Amino acid sequence: MDLLAAGFVYLVAAVIAVPLAKRLGLGSVLGYLIAGLVIGPVLGVVGGETVDIQHFAEFGVVMMLFLVGLELQPAMLWRMRAQLLGLGGMQVLGTAVLIAAAALVFGVAWQASLALGMILALSSTAIVLQTLGEKGLMPTAGGKGSFSVLLTQDIAVIPMLALMPLLAVNAVAGGHDGHGDSGHGAPAADAHGHGHGAPTLFDTLPDWAQAVAVLLIIGGIIVAGRTVIRPVFRFIAEARLREIFTAAALMLVIGIALLMNYVGLSPALGTFLAGVVLSDSEYRHELESDIEPFKGLLLGLFFITVGAGIDFQLLLSNPVGLVGLALGLMALKAGVLYVLGTGFGLRGADRWLFSLGLAQAGEFAFVLFGFAAGAGILGAEVIKPMTLVVALTMLLTPLLFILYEKVLAPRAVRTEDRAADEIDEAGSIVVAGIGRVGQIITRMLVTNGHKVTVLDHDPETIENLSRIGFRAYYGDATRPDLLHSAGLEDAKLFVAALDDREKQTELVHHVAKTYPEVTIHARAHDRHHVYELERAGAHLAQRETFEGALAMGRDAMTAIGYHPFRAEAASRTFRSHDREALDGLRESWNESGVSKSYIDAMRAHSQTLFELMKADRHDTHDRSERGWTPPPKGDASL
Amino acid sequence: MRTLVYLAHPRPDRSEINAPMFEAARGIEGITCVDLYGEYPSFEMNVDREQQRITEHDAIVFLHPLYWYSVPALLREWQDLVLEHGFAYGHSGHALDGKVTFNAVTCGAAAEAYTPEGANGAHLRTLLMPFEKTADLCRMRYLAPFALFGAGRAVEEGRDKSHLAEWRSLLKALRDDTLDITAARAALSLNGFTAAGAAKLEAV
Ligand SMILES: Cc1cc2nc3c(=O)[nH]c(=O)nc-3n(C[C@H](O)[C@H](O)[C@H](O)COP(=O)(O)O)c2cc1C
Repeated sequence: MDLLAAGFVYLVAAVIAVPLAKRLGLGSVLGYLIAGLVIGPVLGVVGGETVDIQHFAEFGVVMMLFLVGLELQPAMLWRMRAQLLGLGGMQVLGTAVLIAAAALVFGVAWQASLALGMILALSSTAIVLQTLGEKGLMPTAGGKGSFSVLLTQDIAVIPMLALMPLLAVNAVAGGHDGHGDSGHGAPAADAHGHGHGAPTLFDTLPDWAQAVAVLLIIGGIIVAGRTVIRPVFRFIAEARLREIFTAAALMLVIGIALLMNYVGLSPALGTFLAGVVLSDSEYRHELESDIEPFKGLLLGLFFITVGAGIDFQLLLSNPVGLVGLALGLMALKAGVLYVLGTGFGLRGADRWLFSLGLAQAGEFAFVLFGFAAGAGILGAEVIKPMTLVVALTMLLTPLLFILYEKVLAPRAVRTEDRAADEIDEAGSIVVAGIGRVGQIITRMLVTNGHKVTVLDHDPETIENLSRIGFRAYYGDATRPDLLHSAGLEDAKLFVAALDDREKQTELVHHVAKTYPEVTIHARAHDRHHVYELERAGAHLAQRETFEGALAMGRDAMTAIGYHPFRAEAASRTFRSHDREALDGLRESWNESGVSKSYIDAMRAHSQTLFELMKADRHDTHDRSERGWTPPPKGDASL
Repeated sequence: MRTLVYLAHPRPDRSEINAPMFEAARGIEGITCVDLYGEYPSFEMNVDREQQRITEHDAIVFLHPLYWYSVPALLREWQDLVLEHGFAYGHSGHALDGKVTFNAVTCGAAAEAYTPEGANGAHLRTLLMPFEKTADLCRMRYLAPFALFGAGRAVEEGRDKSHLAEWRSLLKALRDDTLDITAARAALSLNGFTAAGAAKLEAV
C-alpha cells in the first residue's frame, strides 16, 4: 500500500474510533489503540508500513516532551517540590522496585526487570488528566495528588531515557551493533546515536571529548534559549505571519532533535530541556499552540501503530494469563499508591481516587518499550505481551473510575482541601490586548495583588512587560487555542481590550460562546460599539474615551473659573445623564440599528442634557442645581 | 498663633456669608486658608498633606454653614481620614496636643432657636458637642463657636458687614495671641470676645 493510501486508512480509523471511545468514556488514547487494533490485527488492511510510520510518528513523543517542558516553569516546580519529590518520587521509585522484583521472580534478567519496573511505574497522563478534568475532580485533594504524581512521572522519563542505555551496555555485549529485530525496531526519534547509521564526526572524538561536547551542547541550549531564541522569535513575530511562526517553532524542535541525534543523546531530552528553558518566556503560549496540533496528530498516529502492532493471536492464546497479569500490575500499583496516599494525608474518597485513578500503565510505556528494544534491553518476547498488558490496564481504567464514582466515593468522606498545593498556574484574570487601555487595567489589578495573564501581539511591548515581571504572552488573542492555553476556562474575569474594533467584537463573541462561565468586560470604541459588544456577550462594555473626556471637561470648567466642586458636580451630572441616554437608546438600536427613531430618541436626549446644563443658579430644583440649596428666604419655620 | 482656616462649603458660588468670610480671612496676613471642597472635589483626601497642615499650625478654625446640626459632608470626611490614631489621638498620637480649635458657623435659624427654651432646645455649643468631644480626645483646646444666626436674611438685614468685621478682628486676635483662651473655652459663644465684638454688643 502506498503511503497516501495508508495514511488515509489510518485517518479513517482514527476519525471513527476516537470520538466513539471518548463518548464511551474510554479516552482518546484507547480510541487510537482500538483504531490500530481494528485496521491491523483484526481487518488486516495495514501491514508492513506500520513500522515506518511508527518511526515517523515517534516524533510526536519528542514534541510531547517539548510541550511538557514548556509547562514546567522552574518557579512552579519549586513551589511543588515537596509534593513532587515526596509523593511523586516515592511512587515512581517504590513501584519500579516492586515491579522489577516481580519480574525477577518471573525469571526475567535483572536489567530487563529494572527497565520493566521503570516503564510500568508510569501512569497514563493523557487518560487520567482528561478524566479528572471531565469529572471535575481536579480541585479535590485526590486530584491534586494525582497531578503531582503525573508531573513527577513526566519528568522521570528524562532520567529513564538516560538510564536505559546504561542497562543496555551491561545487558548486551556489543550493544553498539543495534537490535533492530524486535517488532518495534529502534525508534528514529529516540535513537541512541551510537547504534545507528554511519559514524559521525562526533563518534570519532575520544570519550572525554564527547562528554565535554555533550555538556557544551546542553549548556548551549540553555544559554541560547535565554539569549538568542527570544530575539529570533521576536524578529519572526514582527513579521506577523502566523505560519512562519509555526514554521519557526517546528524548526526549533526538529533542529534540536537533529542536534541531539548527532551527538548521540536523546532528542526527547533535548527538546524537553529547550521547553523548560522557554517555559517562562513570553512566547510560551504561542509555541504551545503551534506545536500542540502536530504533537496530537503524530502521537495519535503513534498509538494507532502500537494498536496495529498488537499481537492478537497472543491474546487469544493466553487470555487468562494476560488479563491476570494486567490485574496483578494494577493491584500492585494501586497498593503502592494507597500506602503513599495514606502517608500523605489522603483519606476516604480522595485516597480511592488517587489509588485507582493512577493504577494503569501509561502511553509512555509504548515509547519506552520501543526505546528499550532499540537499546537491546527488552526483546520481542517480553515487549509483545507487555504491550498487550499495558493496553489492557488502560482499557480497565474507565471501569475503575466508574467503580470509584458509583460505589466508593458515595460511601467515603472527603479529606480537607489543602490550599497549599496551588497548581493552577493560569491567572484568574486574563487581559487581551495591552495597549493604552489594557495597560492601565492590568497595572491596577497587578498592583492590587492579582494574578493577571496578558496576551498581545506586539512582541516589543510583551518583552518589555515580561522584563519587569508581568506574565505577558505573545500571540493573537483572537485565536481560540491561545485563549485556551492562557487558561480561560478557570479565569474569573476576561478583559477584552483590543484596539481593533471588529476583532474586539469577534473576540468577545467567541469567548462568550466558548466560556459561558467567564465574566467578560470589554473596551468599546463608541456608544454603538457598546451595544455591539453587549450583543456579542460582554457583561460590561465601557467607552474607552468617555471617562477621560469627562475629566477633561471638568478640568476645562475649573480652568475657566468654576469652583472645582461645581465642575465635579457638572461632570457627574453629565455622566449619569449620558449613561441614561445609553440605556434609553439601547432598545431602539437593538431593534433597528441607527434608524430614524434612534436618531430622534438621541436628539431628545441631548435636548434634555442641554437644558440641564444651562439651568442657572435661580432655577433651583433641577438635578444639578438641587444640591445644598438653603431653605427659601422667607421660611418662617426657621 | 499660626492660624489655619478650613472652609467647608459645597456651593461657595451661592454662599452669601461663608464665601465672603473666607475671602476676608484670605485678606489677613499670616492666616492660612484652605477651601476643602475646592481642593478635594471628588472627596479624595490627601491625608498626609492635611496632617502636615495641621501640624504646622497652632489654631485650626472650621468655617462652615450648619447643615443638619452638623458640618457639610467633606468636613466629616476630613475628620474621619485625617484624625488618625497614632497621629491625633491614642497612646502615641500627640500631634494636636494643646492646639486651639473652634467652629465658625452660620445658621439658617434665628438665635432664639438656639436656646434651651427655643425651637432647638439647646445652645449651639451644646449641639456641636461631637466637635468638642473630638477636640477633647485629640487633646486640643476647644473654644466656644463663633456664630451667625439667621444667616439666610443677614445680607438683607445688613448684619453681614458687622459679622465680617468681628470675624476679622477675631482672626487677628488669634494670630496675635491676644485672645483670652481660658475665657473663650468657658463661654457659650465667641461672639463679643474681641474689641470689635464688644463694641457691637454694646451697641445692641
Ligand atoms: C443641606 C442644608 C442643611 C441645613 N441645615 C440647617 C440646620 O440644621 N440648622 C440651621 O439653622 N440651618 C440649616 N441650613 C441653613 C444653612 O445653615 C444656611 O443656608 C447657611 O448657613 C447660609 O450660609 P451661606 O450663605 O454661606 O451658604 C441648612 C442648609 C442646607 C442647604
